[in-house]
Amino acid sequence: MSESALYQKLASSLGLEGLPEESLGTVSALVVPAASWHAAALWLKQQGFSMLIELGAADYSKHPLPHPGRYAVAAHFMALPGFERACLKAYVPAESPALQSLCGLYAAANWYEREAWDMFGIDFPGHPELKRILMYEGFEGHPLRKDYPLGRMQPLIPMREAVDYEAVRQAARRAGQGGA
Amino acid sequence: MSMHIEQKLPSYRSESKAMGLEPMAINLGPSHPAMHGTIRIKAHLEGETIVFADVEMGYLHRGFEKTAEAKTWNQVVPYTDRLNYVSPIINNVGYALAVEKLIGIQVPERGQYVRLIMSEISRITDHLTCIGASAMELGAFTAFLYFIKAREYFWQLVEEVTGARLTISYTRVGGITRDLTPDFRERFAFCAAELEKSMAEVDGLLSRNRIFLDRMDGVGVMDRERSLSYGFTGPLLRAAGVAYDVRKAFPYLVYDRLDFEVPTGSKGDNLDRYHVRMEEMRQSLAMIRQALQQIPEGPINVADPRVMLPDKQAVYTNIEALMNHFKLIMPGHGIRPPAGEVYFPVEGGNGELGFWVISDGSDRPYRVRVRPPCFPLMAGVEEMILGEQVADLIPIFGAINMIAGELDR
Repeated sequence: MSESALYQKLASSLGLEGLPEESLGTVSALVVPAASWHAAALWLKQQGFSMLIELGAADYSKHPLPHPGRYAVAAHFMALPGFERACLKAYVPAESPALQSLCGLYAAANWYEREAWDMFGIDFPGHPELKRILMYEGFEGHPLRKDYPLGRMQPLIPMREAVDYEAVRQAARRAGQGGA
Repeated sequence: MSMHIEQKLPSYRSESKAMGLEPMAINLGPSHPAMHGTIRIKAHLEGETIVFADVEMGYLHRGFEKTAEAKTWNQVVPYTDRLNYVSPIINNVGYALAVEKLIGIQVPERGQYVRLIMSEISRITDHLTCIGASAMELGAFTAFLYFIKAREYFWQLVEEVTGARLTISYTRVGGITRDLTPDFRERFAFCAAELEKSMAEVDGLLSRNRIFLDRMDGVGVMDRERSLSYGFTGPLLRAAGVAYDVRKAFPYLVYDRLDFEVPTGSKGDNLDRYHVRMEEMRQSLAMIRQALQQIPEGPINVADPRVMLPDKQAVYTNIEALMNHFKLIMPGHGIRPPAGEVYFPVEGGNGELGFWVISDGSDRPYRVRVRPPCFPLMAGVEEMILGEQVADLIPIFGAINMIAGELDR
């Protein structure tokens, strides 16, 4: 795989050795320490990876396999003109998860990081305006965390009472009998 | 506000500030006929010029990714229909390919060809909707009618094959629900002829139309560098001159066996986007024709009892097939990909559509993340509309072809 050679160069430029790689099926991801997240992305950008194609997060707290941190953020990069791809993955701990923002390097990072914050509560220091994007202001919690219950409701306006159709039917029946 | 945005607004702000003028705030959306779905653009105007804009999304958020974690692998398929509802087959195919990659199976050749043909039909309907709707918003109602008529023929074709027009749920993990109908070739030939006819008509109506050119040429420019920085893919990136197409760069299905071109523009404005989309429809037609020549006979689904339901006839008559059926249907059994993760990109109507699926070895996905192609495009809207006239917001927004279903998930 051509990515391995690239990742070795990247690791040595960061002064790190033996960084693990994870397979994502179509691409392999280099797992970098959270502290080197921005430096690794900067190195990739300097190597011509001019696109941040995708940045997504996941919560591994209920996953059966051991992972080095509760949350992971994966970022996919692409270089032109050969369309080589690279993927960085960083694990962040459950307490105050944070990664340095990539907004200064890629304009695309702005919204992706807002989404990761909104859905998982991962902080991105250096982001110009880290606010909710899919959920509304005032929403409590981060819905894609594994400890957020699926059925929890936070309606913005109170829900209407359900109509008791049986009572309506009985009332109609009584009224009908009275009329006849 | 980024440096680039500041550069786009040279004098408006300082001039009006010196005159003590406040910009006028105008709200477009969340419910606005030109806002294709629900999105809100808070624009601040000085005269007719947009000097500040805030794009607010999330009005159609329905928790697709959270819901997927509570469904079985195959039960997620109907939810993927609702991501991009003008090209639902591409979503179905993208999700199925990601899960199949995770399990390590590959659909037989005929199944791959059928998926490809149906994906390209979806792409045509996607582009027809986009061009038709944005032409209508510029007043060219005839072009809209021509294209919607052509789209209707294709949707009838889709309905004939899949049984539904939009919410088709066409794929399953390991295959598709139905093979092409016996008279597919003839029906497709009719649709293709109708499409070519209406494309020639719309081309004649729009491509050299003074009004259309004035509204599209040089409007909503996003140059190559900024498009790359925003992570644009699909027709918008190609309009900016980058020939990136997942079908060419990372071929999936049988795209590597087809001969097709990736059209590109040069300026990255609305007119280039229109031309790129028109040419892509011609390429898609050519692709379907080639695929129909190459398509072999044979099975459409994998013959793997771990993922495919057995034949109904066999279920009713022999015990092994009955057991197999229940093993796939009962909660806690079903399709169980090995623990692991896969990121699989396909070329959606608007660009790279990626599915990041994580399995924990159970019958339900541990996580399904979608990389919606519109998401980076919408992030770039603010920069595209700044400094433009408020009336130009509509064609710019139309050329993005935002689909709220996949944007908000």
